[in-house]
Amino acid sequence: MQTNFTAEQLTDPGVAESEKILRKCVHCGFCTATCPTYVTLGNELDSPRGRIYLIKDMLENNRPADKQVVTHIDRCLSCLACMTTCPSGVNYMHLVDHARAHIEKTYKRPLMNRITRGLLAMVLPYPGRFRASLYAARIGRPFAPLFKALPGLKPMAAMLELAPSSVPAQSDVARPGAHPAQGQKRGRVAILTGCAQPVLKPGINEATVRLLNRIGVEVVVPEGEGCCGALVHHMGREHDALDAARNNVDAWTRAIDNGGLDAIIITASGCGTTIKDYGYMLREDPDYAAKAARVSELAKDITEYLAGIEMPAPVNGASMIVAYHSACSMQHGQKITTQPKALLKAAGFTVKDPPEGHLCCGSAGTYNIMQPEIARTLRDRKVRNIERTKPDLIATGNIGCMTQIAGGTDIPIIHTVELLDWVYGGEKPAGLPDIDRAKSAPLVAAE
Amino acid sequence: MSELIAFLEPDRAILDRRPAIIADLAGLLPDSCLITDERELVPFDTDAFVSYRRMPLAVVLPETTAQVAAVLKYCNENSIPVIPRGAGTSLSGGAIPQEDAIVIGVSKLNRILEVDFSNRAAVVQAGVTNISISQAVDADGFFYAPDPSSQLACTIGGNIGMNSGGAHCLKYGVTTNNLLGVKMVMFDGSVVEIGGKALDAAGYDLLGLICGSEGQLGIVTEATVRLIAKPEGARPVLFGFESSVAAGACVTDIIGAGIIPVAIEFMDKPAIEICEAFAQAGYPMDVEALLIVEVEGSDAEMDAMLERIIEIARRHGVKTIRESQSATEAALIWKGRKSAFGATGRIADYICMDGTVPLGQLSHVLEKTSEIIDRYGLRVANVFHAGDGNMHPLILFDANDPDESMKAEMAGNDILKLCVDAGGCLTGEHGVGIEKRDLMRHQYSDADLAQQMRVRAAFDPKWILNPSKVFPLDGRNGSQPGNQSADDRTAA
Repeated sequence: MQTNFTAEQLTDPGVAESEKILRKCVHCGFCTATCPTYVTLGNELDSPRGRIYLIKDMLENNRPADKQVVTHIDRCLSCLACMTTCPSGVNYMHLVDHARAHIEKTYKRPLMNRITRGLLAMVLPYPGRFRASLYAARIGRPFAPLFKALPGLKPMAAMLELAPSSVPAQSDVARPGAHPAQGQKRGRVAILTGCAQPVLKPGINEATVRLLNRIGVEVVVPEGEGCCGALVHHMGREHDALDAARNNVDAWTRAIDNGGLDAIIITASGCGTTIKDYGYMLREDPDYAAKAARVSELAKDITEYLAGIEMPAPVNGASMIVAYHSACSMQHGQKITTQPKALLKAAGFTVKDPPEGHLCCGSAGTYNIMQPEIARTLRDRKVRNIERTKPDLIATGNIGCMTQIAGGTDIPIIHTVELLDWVYGGEKPAGLPDIDRAKSAPLVAAE
Repeated sequence: MSELIAFLEPDRAILDRRPAIIADLAGLLPDSCLITDERELVPFDTDAFVSYRRMPLAVVLPETTAQVAAVLKYCNENSIPVIPRGAGTSLSGGAIPQEDAIVIGVSKLNRILEVDFSNRAAVVQAGVTNISISQAVDADGFFYAPDPSSQLACTIGGNIGMNSGGAHCLKYGVTTNNLLGVKMVMFDGSVVEIGGKALDAAGYDLLGLICGSEGQLGIVTEATVRLIAKPEGARPVLFGFESSVAAGACVTDIIGAGIIPVAIEFMDKPAIEICEAFAQAGYPMDVEALLIVEVEGSDAEMDAMLERIIEIARRHGVKTIRESQSATEAALIWKGRKSAFGATGRIADYICMDGTVPLGQLSHVLEKTSEIIDRYGLRVANVFHAGDGNMHPLILFDANDPDESMKAEMAGNDILKLCVDAGGCLTGEHGVGIEKRDLMRHQYSDADLAQQMRVRAAFDPKWILNPSKVFPLDGRNGSQPGNQSADDRTAA
């Protein structure tokens, strides 16, 4: 597509990169078809092609962001389905990241919007604050219907509704230290503790560490590691995001220098997409560019890592029907599509692909808080599609999706690695149904 | 950049009335269906023929046929031009607006209303994407046959406007052969239904007239389409050749032998490289031209047909033959082919030609196309529906280079004229739009065009529907809004 930037504009590395991305777009329109917001709202302004055009117009004209552009960019889930679809290889992720940073720099949001976003950025990336806020949310929950009725407070209502009714105790796995391999050692990895996940579901990383140790992999939690920065990154808070990235690059680099790492294991695919992008995010920072690129190279989703390892014989029989929900950050952000399902199948599960699997469930980081209506429509559509496969449980690899989907269905939803840990001799995950399809096989056949 | 193709000069009186028009539209549709902000109008200023752009006066995205009717009635009464828009995937600029026009987009009309297997028909709203019809009936063993490469995104409304084709149309026909009925809003807001689930309707074949009329005879809001039972099996086979001429001659002989596979698609080396980079379909990279031939039916039927095709291909010195071994492999082969245009964006900007030639002329036209491209110092990738003789040279250029952009358009015009001179026509499936409008005289005499325009005027007396398209701007005597001569409104 033709672009109109001056040589001076192109001296800004962000603009230069965006220009390169825009030049690849041929305006074919394929991306509209798989965009969850276009499918929901039927307006090209809420599609990738529409947003690309809005961003292009804003950047070319050196214009500060305005209400119209912000409205449509804010509605983008960053699910990146468009990037899977795009035949031209347009890097929408880097374009929209740049646009969000531009918005953050040039646009003053309405007061309530600023407060909500500020609150999320201040609380979510910090496990201590997040845990405290969840206790507070239990007290605040009765006010949710009241907040819902006031337009500026809808996100508050969404937050209260998403908060779990009980908060698990803090897990030992989240503390810095090393978890030694059992038996013959075959590797050493770091695990991302993360921010929201260890508070909401500490069992996920506990299962990961148990499973990895059991198959001979030492797991370290480096001192000083924290939130990956994805949450603030998607809010356009470039500075905070890069700080978070540098912090983690430092922590992991110390671990690499001190004993080496075969991989940095991530159990929330939303974080994985961002950590794999550290190399790009810090490309302009001479002190960090090379280290960040190395970290991105080592970053692996747990299923991606396990796919390269020969698993032992299953201990627990897993004859259940699992609907596998592929998180957008897994299938579009990281292009991991086959490994999780292959692992589940090898473990004995019958794996079903829900229809419209490419469409986002509406979780998308803080999206279900900031855009509750679209998020709910997408969640209901996702749940309908999952339920169509008549599963005993749902497996997925991202905490955000787990919280979001659980809000719309009674079918238990469990992290892929918790299921794998159980099958290969670990604890039974909370909520796992007591079903043995092997025994009731004739019934299934009759259906 | 100077432009080869002119648009109608905007009507100053309409532009001056813009605030009042917007206020009136707001009375006809909910806020969420009306776009009037200048920033928000920009993304509607073009379609996939992205070299040309014009801002519209406003965009409406109706949710019901009644809303479409209300807007059209209003526009007709006030002589305001209307641009119908599906998904905006037109390669001929069919959905490009103009400054004094209101875009009526059907993207919110996106529901499948009825699936009726006993009548082998589906009733869908105009904004339903082509592929979603097949997806909706796939589990029951049916599909909707026309499959334009943009089928993922393009709408059935746009398909009807352009009488779209696709790879599998060799066997199953194009949109007009698979369309059973439409609900259409006429210029004055009246709603008519034409055709239905039965094979033929009494009276004239108005449906045949509507299909391919490029949004100039009315706006379709619902369509009844033919569903076809899926074949027992289908197998795409790759045939690699040492030259484009050999591949072209092979196609001619396959069809000449009375063999009708489901699809015969052609790719030359540049196209193979582009598609392989995106789809990793395993296309042979050491050949100059590739045919994707798909056969279908029972294994025995497929084997028998393939045996005959292979024999013909051998006569033309086929270098590699590869049958797809799995559904995944077949899907990748088609994914690569169908993404060819978009994937071209990886290496260059492009415009896509759509001339159709008699099969006997295929090799000749391919050779002459290369000569034209060489003359302009450009590059070309050829990827097209060979079985139909529907050529799609993708002319590669740099859109940031005004000189090269102009050359690309001029080369395109020369290629289209070549197709007509070879006994073919300007467009196989993409429509005339604005892109080929001024070449219509190369295809038709003035008397032919005048007769077509009389038909058009019978449906839309004020010429408000998609007025800049299809017919050359000069010589539209007395048939413009307000009886203004077209010559007066033509941009200098």
